[in-house]
Amino acid sequence: MDTKAFMKKYTMVIALVVVFVLFAILTGGRLLAAQNLSNLLLQNSYVLIMACGMLLCILTGGNVDLSVGSTVCLVGAVAAQLLAGGLPALVVIPLCLIISMLIGIWQGFWIGYIHIPPFICTLAGMFLFRGLGRAILGSKTVTINDDTFLNIFASYINFPGLDDGDVKWSAFILGCIVALVVIMNKFIARFNKRKKGYKQDPIVSDAAKTAVIVLMILAYTWQLAHFRGISVMALWVVAVVVVYAFLTSKVAMGRYFYAVGGNEKAAKLSGIDTKKVYFRAYTSMSLLAGLSGLIVAARIGSVNGDTGSSFEMDAIGACFIGGASAYGGSGNIAGVVVGAILLGVINQGMSIIGLDNNFQYIVKGAVLLVAVIFDVVSNRKTGKAG
Amino acid sequence: MSEYILEMKNIVKEFPGVKALDNVDLRVKRGEIHALVGENGAGKSTLMNILSGTYPFGSYTGDIIYDGEICKFKKLRDSEEKGIVIIHQELALIPELSIGENMFLGNERNGKIGIDWDKTYHEAAEHLKQVGLNDDPRTLIKDIGTGKQQLVEIAKALSKNAKLLILDEPTSSLNEKDSKMLLDLLISFKKKGMTCIIISHKLNEISYCADNMTVIRDGKTVETIPNENHDIDEDRIIRRMVGRELSDRYPPRERKIGDIGLEVTNWTVYHPIYSEKKVVDNVSFNVRKGEIVGFSGLQGAGRTELAMSVFGHSYGTRISGEVKIGGKPVKLNSERAAIEAGLAYVTEDRKINGLILSDSIAKNTTMARLEKVCRKGIINTDEENAVAEDYKEKLHTKAPSVKQNVGNLSGGNQQKVLLAKWMFADPEVLILDEPTRGIDVGAKYEIYCIMNDLAEQGKSIVMISSEMPELLGMCDRIYVMNEGRIAAEMSASEATQEKIMAAILRSDK
Repeated sequence: MDTKAFMKKYTMVIALVVVFVLFAILTGGRLLAAQNLSNLLLQNSYVLIMACGMLLCILTGGNVDLSVGSTVCLVGAVAAQLLAGGLPALVVIPLCLIISMLIGIWQGFWIGYIHIPPFICTLAGMFLFRGLGRAILGSKTVTINDDTFLNIFASYINFPGLDDGDVKWSAFILGCIVALVVIMNKFIARFNKRKKGYKQDPIVSDAAKTAVIVLMILAYTWQLAHFRGISVMALWVVAVVVVYAFLTSKVAMGRYFYAVGGNEKAAKLSGIDTKKVYFRAYTSMSLLAGLSGLIVAARIGSVNGDTGSSFEMDAIGACFIGGASAYGGSGNIAGVVVGAILLGVINQGMSIIGLDNNFQYIVKGAVLLVAVIFDVVSNRKTGKAG
Repeated sequence: MSEYILEMKNIVKEFPGVKALDNVDLRVKRGEIHALVGENGAGKSTLMNILSGTYPFGSYTGDIIYDGEICKFKKLRDSEEKGIVIIHQELALIPELSIGENMFLGNERNGKIGIDWDKTYHEAAEHLKQVGLNDDPRTLIKDIGTGKQQLVEIAKALSKNAKLLILDEPTSSLNEKDSKMLLDLLISFKKKGMTCIIISHKLNEISYCADNMTVIRDGKTVETIPNENHDIDEDRIIRRMVGRELSDRYPPRERKIGDIGLEVTNWTVYHPIYSEKKVVDNVSFNVRKGEIVGFSGLQGAGRTELAMSVFGHSYGTRISGEVKIGGKPVKLNSERAAIEAGLAYVTEDRKINGLILSDSIAKNTTMARLEKVCRKGIINTDEENAVAEDYKEKLHTKAPSVKQNVGNLSGGNQQKVLLAKWMFADPEVLILDEPTRGIDVGAKYEIYCIMNDLAEQGKSIVMISSEMPELLGMCDRIYVMNEGRIAAEMSASEATQEKIMAAILRSDK
């Protein structure tokens, strides 16, 4: 791979590294503090989770789901009220996920099978679910005191004996295990390819990539070990990211999202049920919004009528910054994760410096615009966008 | 003043890889109706697009002399200012706007503040009268028929002070009565001194209204034939239109023809939006194993619609008729069902309907039958790449790797990926719709070889093509379609281009 191709493929990763280093310097190293690194993931957990679902919607043709912020509010409200009413968390959580899936089925049905434009359908949902959420809350802030619920989403993993001291060794041990799995996986993949005589990527680039990933995992978990250890919320985020990364790259159904966004007519004429593709995109989106609702409720410890407002914009922004095409058909989970973290780093870096909230909006907007301009201009050269 | 209002001299226009026009000359007399005839793709529309400035000065070579001066039109507006107005085959009217709004679109009648609607509709009504329409100019375009829409287009041209009116297939979507009315209108304009250029396939209409006709073939002017007495010899024109030599541009094939592979009987399809309009009308045909059967006809004859409706009802409504594959009746209600029944439809427009340009060769190759490289719904990407690599070798697709995006390939190589996709689906019957359109001669030959291979393996092949020599060179049997019906069926040995043209023209009358 020559430098130009490398730059093009990893633009956003490079941008992330540059921004990260920049803020690390500007904050006098405070960005790298264990607590800040841990918070980086936790504060953006909802963005990461919802951006995964949003990617599927965007893949189908640049369509977005505007209702997710309201779904967060509605599901959070339901959870808070049911818990306040004394229902056990282990009943409330599945129930809330079922409700969010029903919301998704409702939207997916109109969009996929009745061909209501997604923008309008989800705009309606945005009002609808926000209103429902507020009604359920009775226009009040409802606090969550259920320990089981809070533990499932917002606690830290501490093994007695192992994690009694200041350093939570379980975090670093987990990091080592994950790193080992990554290395093993790469070896097995290369071994299989050789056995069947398939083409291999050059060993140097494979090794370099793996080394970078492993080092990052080790460094991050090392820092986590120095601040409370692994949070359960991080596990939720990682689980969603892994499942969606697998879905979009390895599962037939995931491939169809790309096909529909790349060329819906061709997809249909290749025997792909395009209606079902839309349906599933929006169903999964709402399910993840529901999960985010639970996580946000647990993290804040209460739900009010404004919970989750403008979350949809963060999720959409993360996707586009992460290289998802505004015309659909291209983008991947890795990019989305980079996009979400980039937004998070900018937010947190500016907060640490003490910059005004308003200024953060300006920077976010500028980053989003630049990222999409880049996508459109580079697509024009390969002839996709008119 | 010269006798000619328009002279186009030595016009050469090249598209990447294709010479669309090669030293074309066209001379049109003042105040005549001049017909431009030729096969699909002969270059008629390209020539008119050069004249109107759609292809700007500089993108072609040669001279346009209009009204005694050399013209260098850079855009449509430039030619319209000179009074040259083109009316395209696809009407350029906006259905949700009124007649008056459409007529002055981009050319609005302004008052002191904004548009002067009284003036707009008053002038619109005047122009409508000139074309014999008494409709209220406030009527929406979608509420009037295609015949009237065509007249509105002409009225719109009149509002631009047209001196030279160019009509591209003006009667292709009109019925006989509306067509006659339109032609009479043109004749009446002619008497008032207007010049018309009309592109048409319908020789009887040309014979009726034209004073001269120029035949274009393969981007070259063949001949200009006078038609003072309106009694042209249709055979002579047909010969001129199609008259090229057949050489061995087609690879030989060992013919092993077996049982019937695909049989379609009494197939009728209605238009998806105008559901009272029949697009395919009681068509029956069959294809044997190892046989290549051609479908000939003009654009809009209903061939693509027939193929798509058979392929899982992907076109049309109120579809009736029976399909048998390998002798067994099948119900193909979705594209998926059609693929599983062993049918493949290699689409006409590879970029619009066939491929996902933003995806790799590998992903496109497996798209129609992704489950073949899946275990329990999980894609084995290694196997996928290996399969794609295999087809890339077999079909000699030129690309650095199967991970290359299809959008970066040449037309011929894209067509090979499209074929690979459908070969991977492993069908018994392949319908290929214009498989060689827009690709160069070498790639065409390779596509023909692939088709022959498939036929020799016992597949049934349907080939839809607008290039008659190609059908004659490749097929065992040819069906001729016109206006949704089978106009004729002939074996390749008895078929000639003249016979096919004659069958189309005969069924038109």
